[in-house]
Amino acid sequence: MRLRALTDHPSFRRGLRDGVPVAIAGVAVAVSFGVLARPVLGTAGAIVMSAIVFAGSAQFGSVAVLAAGGGPLAAIAAGILLNLRYVPMGVALAPSLRGGLGLQAIKAQAMVDYSWAAAMRGGGRFDVRYMVGLTVPMYIGWISGTAAGAFAGELLGDPEAIGLDAVFPAFFLALLMGTDAGRTLKATLAAGAAGLIALALIPVAPPGVPIIAACIAALIGFERRRPERPTDGRLDEVEAPAAAIREPG
Amino acid sequence: MSAGWITILALALTTVLVRASGPLLVRGRPLPPQLAGVIDMLGPAVLTALIVVELLGGDGRIVVSAALAGVLAAGVVLLWRRNALLTAIVVAAAVTAGLRALG
Repeated sequence: MRLRALTDHPSFRRGLRDGVPVAIAGVAVAVSFGVLARPVLGTAGAIVMSAIVFAGSAQFGSVAVLAAGGGPLAAIAAGILLNLRYVPMGVALAPSLRGGLGLQAIKAQAMVDYSWAAAMRGGGRFDVRYMVGLTVPMYIGWISGTAAGAFAGELLGDPEAIGLDAVFPAFFLALLMGTDAGRTLKATLAAGAAGLIALALIPVAPPGVPIIAACIAALIGFERRRPERPTDGRLDEVEAPAAAIREPG
Repeated sequence: MSAGWITILALALTTVLVRASGPLLVRGRPLPPQLAGVIDMLGPAVLTALIVVELLGGDGRIVVSAALAGVLAAGVVLLWRRNALLTAIVVAAAVTAGLRALG
């Protein structure tokens, strides 16, 4: 996938288009990160972290450890645990990646929760160009929002008082409702079981572990034989879930 | 170097490695076909776990806050209009903020 071939591809362009409203919503999350991170990392630190880490939950988690007086080792450990879900997600994505291993590893850097889930096409396949296209505006929004929060956070006041802590989970709820959860029995069971596993582990495991452990619930999808074609009954499997959760106009 | 910058640089490096790990582990081999269904279920599972942990997890215990009502309100908006992502997020924040203002 040469760069020009990528940027001219209709899947990539559709990803860019679908990514803009998602990125705008993501800006609200990034602003809350900037507000929370500035007293801990400084303005430059908050913005640089968003630019070179670009992983929301790991950034929130590690900054929370530092803010609570924890040392860098504890903060780094929390961040790594919160990122470990990218291992099974990356294994799932890998067969859809083309090119040499180095190029595949670079393309996998575009994997964020939202674009990864929205690029799923059933039968274990992903539209990688669509995923990369979605991630581009999200990356720009993530850095801009962090900068806005870090510079202007004091004007906003307490992020919890204006409900910013509800933004991140609401964002993922929208994505969850774009999947088969609530539509097919298996997906609903997988989501329900994952939620219960995570809930049960919150009091006993460090941050990140409940999310990794909840991945076990996906084993509900194990099939002895792969069906000839995806059996979810969708006629148009090219239609993206993210395309459906788009603000009109 | 301060604790903050050490954390930032170490997390940047490990995040790149973790994101690269999938293709480096698979090394171009096809996954067993039985796993296709498992991969399809990974999305709903990861997303639900993220929501639960972000919404109810706090310092090693389960915390129910006004944000839960806010996110439920967002869910109602999304049931009504599935493509209303921005509206749902604004409603989540507004309901949460409103409940907190009422005390």
